[in-house]
Amino acid sequence: MNRVFKFSFMSVVYSFLYLPMIVLIVYSFNNSTYSLGWKGVTLSWYNELFSDFSLWEVALNSLTVAGISATFATALGSMSAVAFYRYSFRGKDFLYGLIYILIMAPEIVMGISFLILFVSLNIPLGFFTLLLAHITFCLPFVVVTVYSRMTGFDRNIIEAAKDLGASEFECFRLVILPLLMPGVVAGWLLSFTLSMDDVIISFFVTGPEFEILPLKIYSLVRMGVKPEINALCTILFGFTLAVVMIAQMLLKEKK
Amino acid sequence: MLLPMSDTIIELRSVSKSFGSLMALKNVELRVERGKFVTLLGPSGCGKTTLLRLLAGFDTPTSGEIFINGRSMASLPPEKRPVNTVFQSYALFPHMTVFDNVAFGPKLKGLGRKEMERQALEALEMVNLVDLAGRRPNQLSGGQQQRVAIARAVVNKPLVLLLDEPLNALDYKLRKAMQIELKQLQRKLGITFIFVTHDQEEALSMSNQVVVMNHGCIEQVGEPREIYESPRNLFVARFVGEINVLDAEVLSSNGGGVLEVALEGRKMKLHKTSNGHKANGWKAFGPGDRVHVLVRPEDLRVYRREDIEPEDASDFFPATVEEAIYKGATVDLIVSLASGGRLSASQFFNEDDDQLEFYRGEQVFLDWVQGWEVVLPHES
Ligand SMILES: Nc1ncnc2c1ncn2[C@@H]1O[C@H](COP(=O)(O)OP(=O)(O)O)[C@@H](O)[C@H]1O
Ligand SMILES: [Mg+2]
Repeated sequence: MNRVFKFSFMSVVYSFLYLPMIVLIVYSFNNSTYSLGWKGVTLSWYNELFSDFSLWEVALNSLTVAGISATFATALGSMSAVAFYRYSFRGKDFLYGLIYILIMAPEIVMGISFLILFVSLNIPLGFFTLLLAHITFCLPFVVVTVYSRMTGFDRNIIEAAKDLGASEFECFRLVILPLLMPGVVAGWLLSFTLSMDDVIISFFVTGPEFEILPLKIYSLVRMGVKPEINALCTILFGFTLAVVMIAQMLLKEKK
Repeated sequence: MLLPMSDTIIELRSVSKSFGSLMALKNVELRVERGKFVTLLGPSGCGKTTLLRLLAGFDTPTSGEIFINGRSMASLPPEKRPVNTVFQSYALFPHMTVFDNVAFGPKLKGLGRKEMERQALEALEMVNLVDLAGRRPNQLSGGQQQRVAIARAVVNKPLVLLLDEPLNALDYKLRKAMQIELKQLQRKLGITFIFVTHDQEEALSMSNQVVVMNHGCIEQVGEPREIYESPRNLFVARFVGEINVLDAEVLSSNGGGVLEVALEGRKMKLHKTSNGHKANGWKAFGPGDRVHVLVRPEDLRVYRREDIEPEDASDFFPATVEEAIYKGATVDLIVSLASGGRLSASQFFNEDDDQLEFYRGEQVFLDWVQGWEVVLPHES
């Protein structure tokens, strides 16, 4: 009885969660332009998608921004996490709290703040401002991912390394970094996906001549959902799924 | 060695360590001789780990100075000190194989590949782990991880090996076996061991020297037997084993060998024995002083009424059996004295007295071998 209940409860929750995605994926293969009725399987929407070069350029823009901002955010975030872990200083808890606040802050607020900042500094909106904003909002996620990975291992390990003759640098290179690597990679992947599909902040901080994928999709959808968009979103979803799975695997093989 | 540089390998001069308002170590003075197996013994929280960490260099003393091999350790970081540590949690590198864990130290010394491998293998052989050299620490049992931690530390041939409660996580049997192995290893290597434990039996059975600690202070330093037989105060007496504490008042002292006391309503003469340690403070007692007379349970002798001559009854302390607990090799008795005080007495089985049956409520008579008691000034 109990098992039946648990099973049905979980099915309801999961269909609620994943039904929209499944509908999207199914429709991306539907051989019909306008109708919602099922007209058989086709790959033509994917074909059209891949032959649309303007879309390719936008996708490349997105990949570039995501790649660069993830890399910067990961480098800065990992170093901050190591500093949080290795050193004790005044106001450490407060500073760590500030990082959490950035994660929780409404994106619309962050977007508008960035806009005001860039405008008041007279920085033209475009690739550069977009990059800065993305680095900023990815950074806290990296700090938290890497830091939680670090707190998972025995603090004595670092002391053991020093005890056995390792200098601060050798200790970092031979012990801390290898142990941290899964967290760093996971942080990068997380940043990459966050950057890839951010709409709200990007909407405020990019200029008209630098288009990125999520904003492009948004503007296309305003003229009606076309089957190509279903296909595009399916690809994006598959991509995110793969990245998240890799990140999970990396974080799981702990110790 | 023809000319030992000095017999003192570790010296602590008035070392203190505070964490905020908490004094974890208070003016600790200690000298350790080269090649000894020294145990730091004390209850949890008394500062044992703190002391080891100061020696290893993970923390710096708030005041005082530490010398190892005649050299001040102030401003010398852990990686430059001639000591190695076996951590309570083992702290093995999880991302390296057993072999790489052990080879970590030699590798950092920049030894050639061959020499490095030779040393690591030698250390692994010493702890019987050559077969598991390719495994990761998480594929080993607790006892095996323990051995890796030991091999990883001794491979560097430190002057001093620090071991922080290394046997705690092991089950009883394994623990006993490792005690013997560690002791043998220490003899073979000739390295000074500073071994931390809160288990008095372990401390007494393994060490050349026991350092008893409490609340950040050293209470007594001595050979195991000295600590057990001549504790300097009630804390040490109680911590290193069960002991009965009787209150007495000094009636007279001849300043030398004999102290007359009133104990449980009896006048009694206590003799200073040839046992040198006991002389400490003995002379300081004068008439009217209150003292504690301490007797270990195994030193108490228990007689039945029919075992003693009725006219000698006044030479014994009458008592009533409250509980008799059969323990295999001994029978442990809880007896209550006329004054209401409770004592515990362990009686060993032997050939001529294999009937050690006592009943609850039975009247018995107690005494102990003269001179085996410990007399301490009264502590409130
Ligand atoms: N890093 C620290 N910060 C604050 N207090 C500490 C720290 N390390 C130890 N202490 C305190 O110092 C005292 C002694 O601790 P410790 O040396 O670990 O005891 P033991 O190893 O004998 O159990 C304890 O009261 C403990 O809480
Ligand atoms: Mg401890």
